[in-house]
Order: sequence, then C-alpha cells, then structure tokens
Amino acid sequence: MKTTGKITGIIANLVIVETEGNVAQNEICYIKHGDELLMSEVIKIMGEKAYIQVFESTRGVKVGTEVEFTGHMLEVTLGPGILSKNFDGLQNDLNKMEGVFLKRGEYTYPLDVKKQYEFKPLAKKGDSVKAGDWLGEGTENWIPHKIMVPFKFNGNFKIKSIENKGKYKIEDTIAVLTDDDGKEHKVSMIQKWPVKVPIKAYKDKPRPFKIFETGIRVFDTLNPMAEGGTGFIPGPFGSGKTVLQHNISKNAEADLVVIAACGERANEVVEIFTEFPELDDPRSGRKLMERTTIIANTSNMPVAAREASVYTAMTIAEYYRAMGLRVLLLADSTSRWAQALREMSNRMEELPGQDGYPMDLPAIISNFYSRAGFVYLNNGETGSITFIGTVSPAGGNLKEPVTESTKKAARCFYALSQQRADSKRYPAIDSLDSYSKYLEYPEIIEYLNENLDSKWTENVHYAKDTLLRGKEVFEQINILGDDGVPIDYHIKHWKAELVDFVIAQQDAFDKTDASSSFDRQSYMLEKIVNTCKMDFEFDDFEEVGAYFKKMINQFKQMNFSEFDSDDFKKYEKAVEKTLKERRVEEGSEEDEDKAEEKSKEKKSAEPKEKDDKKESKSSESKDEDDKKESKTAKQKDKDSKSKKQKDKKSKDK
Amino acid sequence: MEQDTKAFQRVYTKLFQLTKATVSLQASGVGNEELAIVDGRPAQVVKIMDDIVTLQVFQGTEGIATDAEVIFTGKAPTLKVGDDLTGRFFDAYGSPMEGSKEIMGNEVEVGAPSVNPVRRKQPSEFIATGIAGIDLNNSLVTGQKIPFFADPDQPFNQVMAMVALRAKADKIILAGMGLTNDDYLFFKNIFDSAGALDRIVGFINTTENPPVERLLVPDMALSAAEYFAVEKNEKVLVLLTDMTLYSDALSIVSNRMDQIPSKDSMPGSLYSDLARLYEKAVQFPDGGSITIVAVTTLSGGDITHAIPDNTGYITEGQLFLRKDTDVGKVIVDPFRSLSRLKQLVIGKKTREDHPHVMNAAVRLYADAANAKTKLENGFDLTEYDERTLDFAKAYSEKLLAIDVNIEVEEMLETAYQLFAKYFSPEEVGMRQEFVDKYWKDN
Repeated sequence: MKTTGKITGIIANLVIVETEGNVAQNEICYIKHGDELLMSEVIKIMGEKAYIQVFESTRGVKVGTEVEFTGHMLEVTLGPGILSKNFDGLQNDLNKMEGVFLKRGEYTYPLDVKKQYEFKPLAKKGDSVKAGDWLGEGTENWIPHKIMVPFKFNGNFKIKSIENKGKYKIEDTIAVLTDDDGKEHKVSMIQKWPVKVPIKAYKDKPRPFKIFETGIRVFDTLNPMAEGGTGFIPGPFGSGKTVLQHNISKNAEADLVVIAACGERANEVVEIFTEFPELDDPRSGRKLMERTTIIANTSNMPVAAREASVYTAMTIAEYYRAMGLRVLLLADSTSRWAQALREMSNRMEELPGQDGYPMDLPAIISNFYSRAGFVYLNNGETGSITFIGTVSPAGGNLKEPVTESTKKAARCFYALSQQRADSKRYPAIDSLDSYSKYLEYPEIIEYLNENLDSKWTENVHYAKDTLLRGKEVFEQINILGDDGVPIDYHIKHWKAELVDFVIAQQDAFDKTDASSSFDRQSYMLEKIVNTCKMDFEFDDFEEVGAYFKKMINQFKQMNFSEFDSDDFKKYEKAVEKTLKERRVEEGSEEDEDKAEEKSKEKKSAEPKEKDDKKESKSSESKDEDDKKESKTAKQKDKDSKSKKQKDKKSKDK
Repeated sequence: MEQDTKAFQRVYTKLFQLTKATVSLQASGVGNEELAIVDGRPAQVVKIMDDIVTLQVFQGTEGIATDAEVIFTGKAPTLKVGDDLTGRFFDAYGSPMEGSKEIMGNEVEVGAPSVNPVRRKQPSEFIATGIAGIDLNNSLVTGQKIPFFADPDQPFNQVMAMVALRAKADKIILAGMGLTNDDYLFFKNIFDSAGALDRIVGFINTTENPPVERLLVPDMALSAAEYFAVEKNEKVLVLLTDMTLYSDALSIVSNRMDQIPSKDSMPGSLYSDLARLYEKAVQFPDGGSITIVAVTTLSGGDITHAIPDNTGYITEGQLFLRKDTDVGKVIVDPFRSLSRLKQLVIGKKTREDHPHVMNAAVRLYADAANAKTKLENGFDLTEYDERTLDFAKAYSEKLLAIDVNIEVEEMLETAYQLFAKYFSPEEVGMRQEFVDKYWKDN
C-alpha cells in the first residue's frame, strides 16, 4: 500500500505535500502533473507535511495535485551495461531519450534489458554467501564483471541453485539463495541500491599504502596520489582544471573511470562524448570510452538532480570496487553540488552558515569523500576508489566554505595557480602550495622506497626544497635587483627553474610527454636532483640564465623523446656536455660522489675545467635578445622561452 | 488576449497583502509560474501556499488597491514565434513596441527545457567578424557563449553591433536589458542603416521600463532564437546586453522575496540562473546553431565580483576591451581575452599557420609590454626592446584595433609583414615550414 499525498504549497522546485500515511526522509515520490510524472525527493518532514525537492521544473504544477510515494530512496540500477553509458544525474540513459530537447518527466531505463551477457559461475550450489560475495562472472566490454549477492541482502545465505555457464539477459534469474529461515530469494544480474548510502560489502578498509600512478609528474613525483586516496583541485576559471581532469582520466592507472560532470558547461561534456570514443586507451589499446561511464548533469539541467549526480557516480564506483577493480572517480565540480545544496537550504528557510551555505556542508562533504578508499573484500581481493574532485572557488578565493570544507576532507590538495596558467606553465599546479598527506604516510614511504627507488622520497623532498629555496631567493632578487644579490642566488633560482621546467611542467598535448611512467619519472628525478646538488661557477649573473636555459631545453628534449630511445640518449649526452662546461669540483664533492654512485648514469658528470667557459660563452651570445635586466622582464622572458620550446618541440614532431 | 482562453479565466478582486513587488490573494486552481494580470499589469505566480497565491508584479505595485482586479491567464509566459518576428522590436512581454500588428505564429512557452547533452554537436564553425583582435587571437565558434567584460565607459555596444553585422549570421537577436533609450536607438539605427533589419529581432527593456521586467527579456530572445535555429536550421546570433543589469534584477526579486543573499548580495541561485540562459548556446545536429555574445559590465574592472565570476565559470571565455593610449584606439586586449573554443577552428577551418602566427604575435607583444615596464622603471632599453615597442604600436593599430575589418588571410599577411619589418625569423621563432612558406621580406 503506497502512501499518497496532495500538494499544498509550491516555491520554485520546493513543493510541500500533505501526506496520508508514512513517509521516509529521502524517499522518492512522483507528482502526477497531467500525463507527466515529476520525480522528487523528500528532504524534510513536519508532521503531516513532507517537503520535497522536485528534480524537474515545477512550472504549471497546482495545489491539490496528487503525489505518490514509492517507499524507497533514490536508487541506481547496478548490473552489466553501465560502462560506456552517458547517464544524467538520476541514471537515465541520455542516449535513449528521444528528441533534441530533454522532456520533463521522461525517464529511461539505464541498462539494456534485451542484451545478453556472458555468465560463468564462480560459486557453487551449497556455498554459504553474504552480501557482496561473487556468484559469477561475465564480461562487460572487455572488463570482467562480477555478479554479486545483492548488497541489500542481510545475513547469511546458502546457494540453492546457480545457473551454468551461458548467456543471460540481465533480468534472468541466475541463482536462488535461501536465508536462515529457509526463505528463497531469486538473484538476477542486476540489483538496486540507494545512492546516499555507502556500499559496505567489504571486510576491511586500511589506510592507503600504494601509489596511484597518473603519469603526471606534478602528481606522481611531487605530490603523489594514493590508490584509494582522495584529492581535490581548486582553481579559478581558465586555469586548466578541466584539461587536467581529462588528462588524468586518460592516463591514470585505473581499471575504469567514472566521470561526474556536475553542473559544468555542456560543450565540455560534448567534448568528452565526442573525443573519448575516439581516444585510444594507453593501458588496454582499446577505446577509452569502453572503460568510462559519464554522469552528465550540465549547469542548465535541474538543480536537484545535480545534487544527486555525484551520489549516483559514487555508488556506481562502489559497485565496481566491490568487483575488485581499481576505479577512478572524477567530479567536476563539487562546488556546483554545494551550490545546489545552498539553493534548497535557502528555499526551506534554514538558518544559513557562511556565504549562505547550509550549516552541515562540511559534514556532507567529508561524508562523501570518506566513501572513497582502498578495501579488502570478503574474499581477500582488493578494490579501490580513488576520488579527485574539482572545486570552483568564487572569485578564485580559497577561503570560501566549499574549498575550506573540502580541504579538511581530502588528503591531497592540488593548487592551480592563475599566475602559472597566465605564464603558460602547464599543468598550472603550484607544487609548493599543493600537498599530499600520503607523502607522510610511513606505509607509502616504504612502498615508494621499495618499489621505485631507495632514494625516492629523499629525492622528492630535495626537489621540493630546491623549489622552495628558488622561490625565496627569487623574492630577494626581485627586491634587491639582479646585480644586488650574489651570483649564488641566481644559481639557486635557476636550479628551481630546472626542477619546475623539467619535472613540474608537462605538455598534455605532446604524445610522449603527456604521460610519464614511474621508471622514467624516477630516472629523471634522480638526474635533476643530482644536477641540483652540483656546484657551478659563473663570472656574471647574466651567464647563469643563459646557461641554465640551454640545459633546461636539453632536458626538455629528453622529456619529449621516448624513454631510453636513441633521441633520449642523444639529448642526455648533450646535457652531460653542458654540465661539463660549468661544473666545479669543491667541498660538496662528497655528497655528489655518493649521488653519482647510485645514479644510473655514472659517467654523467665529471668535474670540469674552467677552460670550457669560453666555448660556452660564444654559445650564449645566440641568446642575446633573451638577456633582460629588469626583474619583470626576466620573469616574462622565461615564459616566452617556454613558448619557444613548445614551438621547438612541435618542430621535432 | 484570445477569446477561447478567456472562457477559463478566473477573476479575483480581493488582495490581502501587498509589498513593493508582490501581491497575495486567495485563489484556487492556479499553476506555478502562471501569468496573471493584476490591475492591468502583468504578473507571475512565484509562490503558492495552500490557497494563498503570491504574484510578482513586474512593473511594481504602486497604486494597486486591495480590491484590484486579478485575472489568471492559465499559462506561463509565452511568445508567438513566426517569420514575421524579423525586423521588429518587442517589449519584455513579446508585444510589438510600435505598430499594433500582432505576430502570426505558434505560441511557445519561454524558458523551455534544455538540450539533451548527447544530442549536441561539438561546435566547429568559425565565425568571422573582421575584427582581428577577435578573429585572429580569440576566434569565435558557432554554438559558443562569450561575454565582453567591460567597464561601463567602454564602447561595448558599438563593438557588439559591429560583431553582429559582420558575422555571417542568418538572424541576429538583440536582448536589451536596461538599455538606455539612446543605446536602443543606436542599435535600431545602425541595424537600419546597414540594411540588416531583415535579419534582426529585438527584445528591449530600457531604463524607462521597470527593472524586474528585464527578467523576461533573455527568455523571450532565446525562445525566438530556438525557433529559428531548430525550425529553420539557421545560424542565430544572440546579443545579451547587459547581463549585469539582468543579475541586478534577480537580486531585487530575491531581496523582495526575503531570500538570504549570498556573495555580493546576489541570490544563491545566480550560477544556475545565468547558466540556464547561457547554456542555450548550442550547435544543433541539423546545422542550426545559437551563439551568444553578451556584455557583463564590471565595476572598476573587478572580475572577482559574483556576477563576472559566475559568468566566467559558465561561458567559454571572455573578451576584454582596452584603450591603447599609444595609438589612441580601443583594442581587444590580447592578454586577458580568451576564447576557449578557438582551438576547434583555428588552423583547421582557417589557414594552417593561424595558431602559430597568433602565438608569435602575442608573445612579441608581451615582450613589448616588458620593455615598457623597463622604460617606466628607468632602465635602459636594448635595441630589441625598441623594435618590440615599434612592433606593438603597429600591431595595435593594424590588427588589435576594433575598427579593423579584414579577412583572416589578410590578418595573417599583415602579421607577417609586421614580423618582417621589425624582426628576423629567428626572433619570431615560428616553425620553419611556415617561415619558408609565408614569410615575406619587405
């Protein structure tokens, strides 16, 4: 017996319903507006009155209209067929909708009822199972898809019967389970789950201890993400958030990717729709779209569904995690979700928190981020959800509530800097303002040192210190002028530039440089750190910039060449030659030698005589026009240099 | 008002609550967002609580008495769309401003649902405006939405009219919100004298009209745009001026409805409200398209204010105008302006070297800006610096100035001429194949 009610009030998409019977918080109901059914969710109950938010426009809705409650919360349908789909925030299959415009009250089934999927039993008759246990396996595209005991099943069950290997439709019964009371339950390949409730069908959720490879150096090397970790990218508009997210989804070491386009530009979603089916997946050699699901709720679609979209995406990610897969979840942008919460809170006339956001915003955000994570499943297998959200801070001000609340919840922070974006230093992540708490986890440090390089974390910290020192002396240079500081300051500044240009910067549009393997990152990091540890000698500060620019360019050419290819080695030799020109052997020798020993390129840098200086001077004169005296000029100069290098690089292609 | 709808109209004459902008009365069978006429003034349902209906009166409630007549029309705001919209100007309610001739055509509800994102096409058609600051550096694409971020004293309306007339759009739809009467007449005259009236439709709310009426203007304009783009497969260019005044009207309404303001006293829903309009920009699969060029006036150039800030997150780039005192002309600022969709067309729909010429010129212009800083700080200039300054002047004058009107090919040729006049190919740093192909020594 379903509860019904009648509308007594309407304020925009908040509707008040007088109910006859029981209703539950977050229960889904439908407004019977003529032929249209308008889906809504209960967000507050006061006595007989239920306050519901409507996922559609409420234009024309009248007082007295009947409302029918469904008895369940907002649910998604989980089963084979989710991959490669384009859903809206309520998991309607957008491709199944007719016409160019979205019709109010049109809901489409997310999966394909008629399509047949492979099924191969993994459990057998008589086995004792519980929620989340694997009953069988099929394939979805080329990814193994586990059919599980529905997450809603409470307690222990026995398999009474299970189908043999074959092809089945998703609604076919593939197993019958009996509970403790002997009652039989039929299980098909699909199940439903309420999106706002985390799926907890796992045994244990340890602290993340593995590194999640993204192929992007500013992440992996400088501020690594952990598998099952959480991170967020705040940035003003135009600082490259979206390009960065797309690049992560292309290159990251994940079995599948769920993208929640939450309240962002429709043309950006169209870009994903158009490009992903064409793009090759570097990990499988197939098309990227085959392991991607998109939840698209663009900024012009109804606000309440926008709020639902991030939960829908998270639930789908949890479903695949329970199959023992590594899932990457991206949400762009969580600020739009928070704004949706604010709009509703405002209409319900709740007392507002900061900037009009609901008081419980920090709690809602941390609850959401906590659903990510690395898990041990009941059968000992592992699965993970690595979650990276973007935040669009109002006015680029990071002191606003959404950014602050997210900062408390997420373990990694990737600060996009407008200044870096303006000077075309991409990705525009400021490696010093950013942080990764995982770099402090002992289990992560151990993992890195064991699996990558025994000196990895030491090198990372050295590189970051170099950047920091460079930043400090650059401020000094700016205050005191180029000739007002010792030459050593210039060297420190340029060593930081070396780290910035060769490690932190990366060309997302270059075929080779777009993704960098861990081996390669480890190799380059070692090289750069060793170079930074060397001592150089110059007579004049103007020589410093010219010399380092030349070296940076050679290192960048290495980045643009296949790892260990002939070209790569050619540029590596060129770097060695350059190093010989200016390097001096002095007190720090000891350290260097130690570094040299472990370096894979032992011959790389030998102490050099100063005679080479003349030679190098002549090569500098080529860069005549690059010599700038004023500090601002100097800054810009570098920018133009980077552009030139980009051009050079394209020439090489 | 048509006769047949009149039969269903319900008339009430007892108002029990009046505020500056709203009236409340007891009524039944009223739909949300339904239009009504209160004492002869258009109004819209904004809230229903049991049998109490609250109406927002667009013109304000001055002089309305508690026994005023309220007629519910039974429908949301609509616009009659048809080919004879062309060449005419309408008020915020879609009624002709002059002449009594009503529009023949279908009545459509304004503010209709959004386009299914999977049915959109990726924008890919270049819009030539003849203005090199736009075509060369910040190319526009059909289906794009882009605002001018301009200070009130800048000639944004003139530039917009120029863009509209030169762009090869099938229809130009002007949505004027809070236009001064002078500006309205400016648009009218310039379209008239260009002989373009057969491509123009205008929806105008001037400063003489009540501010809240403005809220209907973009919906009307975009509904007309959808008619031409969907039914006729035409390329439609919509001009929205000025979106800051539109947003101000939003805040007036939210304030009178006792809503809690968020940043800069704007309603919390500002992002959604603006996105709903801007996202009407679309490339349809059948060839029609809606492109939106808007104006957001800034106060003191502050782009962190809630209106430009939210706009920036929605639109695909922004254009900045600046007065270049060296050449005494208004230019399109090459540093701060950005068209996010230009990558989809430059070098693809235009000549192959377009992106490279664009980057090289902007880079040299940046060098000139540095040289200028040096000069201001009292440093000596190198010979190269002097040349960049000369280049910047010529670049500003011949390419960036908004009065330039040339084809893209000519822009590229002009750029090469300037390069060759002031620099060597090495200094410009272009790809060798383009230097070989296009570089001409003067």
